[in-house]
Parts: sequence; structure tokens; C-alpha cells
Amino acid sequence: MALSSLLPEVYSDLDIEIGAALDEVVVTVRPSDVSAACRIAKDDPRLAFDYLRCLSVVDYVDRLEVVYHLFSLGRLHRLVIKAAAPPDSPRVPSVVSVWKGADWFEREAHDLFGVVFEGHPNPAPLLLYEGFEGHPGLKSFPFHEYDEW
Amino acid sequence: MQFQQQPAQQADSLDLMVNMGPQHPSTHGVFRLVIWIDGERIVRAEPHIGYLHRGSEKLCEGEQYGQIITLFDRLDYVSNLNCELAFCLTVEKLMGLEVPDRASCIRVVLCELNRIASHMLFYGVFGLDAGAMTPILYGFRERERVQSLFERVTGARMMHNYIRVGGVKEDLPSDFAERLGELTALLRAGIDECDELLTNNELFLSRTKGVGAIGGSEGVDYGLSGPSLRAAGVAEDVRVSEPYSIYDRFDYGIPVGTYGDCFDRYYVRMEEMRQSLRIVDQAMEQMEPGPVSAKVRRIARPPKGEAYLRTESPRGDFGVYLVSDGSDKPYRVKVRAPSFANLQALQRLLRGAYVADAVVILGSIDIVLGEVDR
Repeated sequence: MALSSLLPEVYSDLDIEIGAALDEVVVTVRPSDVSAACRIAKDDPRLAFDYLRCLSVVDYVDRLEVVYHLFSLGRLHRLVIKAAAPPDSPRVPSVVSVWKGADWFEREAHDLFGVVFEGHPNPAPLLLYEGFEGHPGLKSFPFHEYDEW
Repeated sequence: MQFQQQPAQQADSLDLMVNMGPQHPSTHGVFRLVIWIDGERIVRAEPHIGYLHRGSEKLCEGEQYGQIITLFDRLDYVSNLNCELAFCLTVEKLMGLEVPDRASCIRVVLCELNRIASHMLFYGVFGLDAGAMTPILYGFRERERVQSLFERVTGARMMHNYIRVGGVKEDLPSDFAERLGELTALLRAGIDECDELLTNNELFLSRTKGVGAIGGSEGVDYGLSGPSLRAAGVAEDVRVSEPYSIYDRFDYGIPVGTYGDCFDRYYVRMEEMRQSLRIVDQAMEQMEPGPVSAKVRRIARPPKGEAYLRTESPRGDFGVYLVSDGSDKPYRVKVRAPSFANLQALQRLLRGAYVADAVVILGSIDIVLGEVDR
């Protein structure tokens, strides 16, 4: 069965929106539902998304979109899960308990975009050094005024 | 190495904290590893990265598409062409651009040669990590041969800026087929020679067999990809599972390991080089004369939207997530670097291992800090 027709049934408990981006099926969920949606994506045998390929954050100024690119090694299909967090206090539940590989992706996203991943086991800075102020991935980061050198 | 006693409140027992790097030669770049040891065993390991963070993704937002290719060269700096290819394919996917067949064949030939060059570098430094001095001389000799051909084709040994949106920069030099014939013959013999030199060496085997093993399902959970995942018995290769460019037209095998230990990670790469040569030969056979670039405007302006594309770089699943707002510069570029995900598993691989094996285990996952830190 095609993935997009399966999704409404699998996600009947969650408030979702199904879209598409080129050849990808995109599911948009509420930020608070992210870990539940990911847990279902991994555990439901019809989906079986056992591989988190990429976790990205896109700053659309009015919202911070957290994007999960998933892949199933067994079923060879893929899915994109998106959640739009408010830019003033972006909070998304951590998915490290679902895929261990999410660990560093979430730490990086916190460094660069300030997204707080609730329940992350070790939310220390990863790419930036301790004490770095601000989140340089954001569109609002004052790059041209930044003169440490 | 620096040694220091851990602060009392953190110590479980009498664990000793050992700090490796960031300037340690065995860390393959600027990478810091902190390990806590109990006798000879590693209790806990904490990798620290970011020393080479140049903000490449953010820099992309300020450059035109054609200029970004040079930034991608500098991500995985030992397999530049594979990175260029990933970016150009993503832009082409978003634009719906058809690439001429000759250009695709050229790309595949060069990228597979780059894979061999990258694995040869791995072969050399992995030998060093395991305590053997000779492999690096052999590995670099083979790699240098590939780089010389790249110089002839692209004008640069590294940082080629050769693959462009819509095709490649220019056609191959007239003597390319001849030179490639000489190169592949040398490489075939070179790979066999390297294989004989190290693979069955008893000391090497005892340093790598059964060291740093990880299972297939656990590797998938950690996001491992490429040779590191295939060594654990998972036959996942993006070229096969989601073919991009023209990879669906070739006949080649995917080497898969059994135990997921350091030796399997090494040997999978040795076999992969032979498979890459098969792809090179087939791509050369399929190459017909013709244009090497699609008709594209000098300044690419992909339509508003987003695209995600995965490729199989020498290190694994190299993905590019591109968001365009319709202008000549991308709105957001996110690079899914295979080394970044592979390096996460290091904490798990090192737990319980001997201190002496730490460097071998780190070497076996073949990281490039340029793409880890971006």
C-alpha cells in the first residue's frame, strides 16, 4: 500500500497534515507530538522507519521548522516528518530514545538554532565552544557585526 | 597525551581521565577525545568536535549556487568530487534538470576513482594506526596516481570545482581514455599488492579482529552508514537502495562484512575499491561523445521549494537538504555528513575496549573532520 494512504490510519490519534515535496511524503505534526510521531514511525511494522537519516532545522523567521528525514532499510521507503516550532521559545521533545543517532543532530540543532530538545540526555554544546553566545544558524544572527578577530 | 585525575565528585571509582587531542596525530585532524579508564579498559569516552567548524552551511546562504560547489569541496576534503556531485545533483533535482549522458558518465568515473583514492588514504593511515609503517607509503602511492589524473582533468589535485550544476566544467582531455587505462591497470595491481601486504599480516589481524565490534541493528540505530554499516552485515548502499545519477546502469557487488569489527570495516573498503574499478570500466564503455553540460543559465535559480538527496560517499550516506526561495542563493543548506553520524557511535565502540585499541577503533571508522564539523 502506498505510504501516503497508510499514514492517516497509522497517525489517527495525532493531528497531522500530509503533503509532498518533490518525491518525498511529508507529514507535519505539532511540535509536542514529534516524539510520539517518531516512535510510531519506528515501531509500526507497516512503516518500520529504523533509520534516521537527517535532522535539520530551517529558520523561516516566523517559525523554526524541525525536519526529520527517515528511511526504512527493510521496506526501502522514506518519510519526512516536520514540526514548526515558535521562534521565541522553540521546544521539541527529543527523539534520542527512538534513534540513538539523533543525539548529535539534536545537539547541533541546539547550538546553531537554539531549539531545545526536551529530554535530551546530554544537551552540551557540540560544534560551538562552551560559553558561545547566540545561535549562528538563525537568520537574525548579526553576522556582519560579529568581530571577534 | 595529558593525564589528570578526575574531580572526586564525578569519579565512580579510581577512573583515570586521559585526554587525547585536539592536536594528537592519531585523531585524523583536530579532534579531541576524552576517555576514562579503569586499568587498561575504557569505561567511558567523550568525543569533542567543532574545532574545524567553519559554518559552511551558513556560508552557503550567502553564495550563489555555482559558488557553493567550492564550499562542498572543502567538506570531505579527501573525496571532493563526491561532495560536489551530491550538491549538484540536489540542485538539479530541485530544478528538474536533465543532465547529458556523457556528463553523467564522466561524473561516475571520477567519483568512483575518488572513492578509490579516499579508501587508499584510509588504507595507509589505518595501517599506521595499527602500528604498521609501510602501508602509508603504498596507499599514498596509489592515491597520488589518481590525484595526478584528476589534476590532468580538472586542473587541481584537490578542490577541483569540476562538477557543475547541469554537467561538468569541460570535456575530458583527449588522452583521458589512454591515461585511465594505464591508471586502472596500475590500481588493480596496487590494490592486490596492498591487500597482500596488510590483510593477512598476523600482527594486523590480532590488532583488528574482534576489536570494536558493533551489530547491524545497533549500527542502524546509531545512524552508521557506508562501509562502517556494511561491515556489520547490513547490505545498505545508497547507490543500490536509492540509485542516483546513472548508478542503476552498472553491474557491481556490495561487499558486506560479518562481525562489524575493525577488520571487517577495513576489508569491506578493500573490496569496495575493486568494485569501484568495475564501475569505472563500465562507465567508460557506456560513454558516448556528446555535450558535457545541459543548457543552463549562468546563474542558477531553482524554483521555490525543497529537495533532499542522498548519495553514497566513500564514508557513507551523504545527504544534502536544500531549501530554495526562488532566488539565486539557497535559503538553507543542510549537509548530512556520514562521518558526523558515524563518529557518534565511537562512544559505544570504545566502551569496554582496551586503551591501546582506541586509536585503531577511531581509525577504522575513517572520519574526515572537514565534514564532521562543517
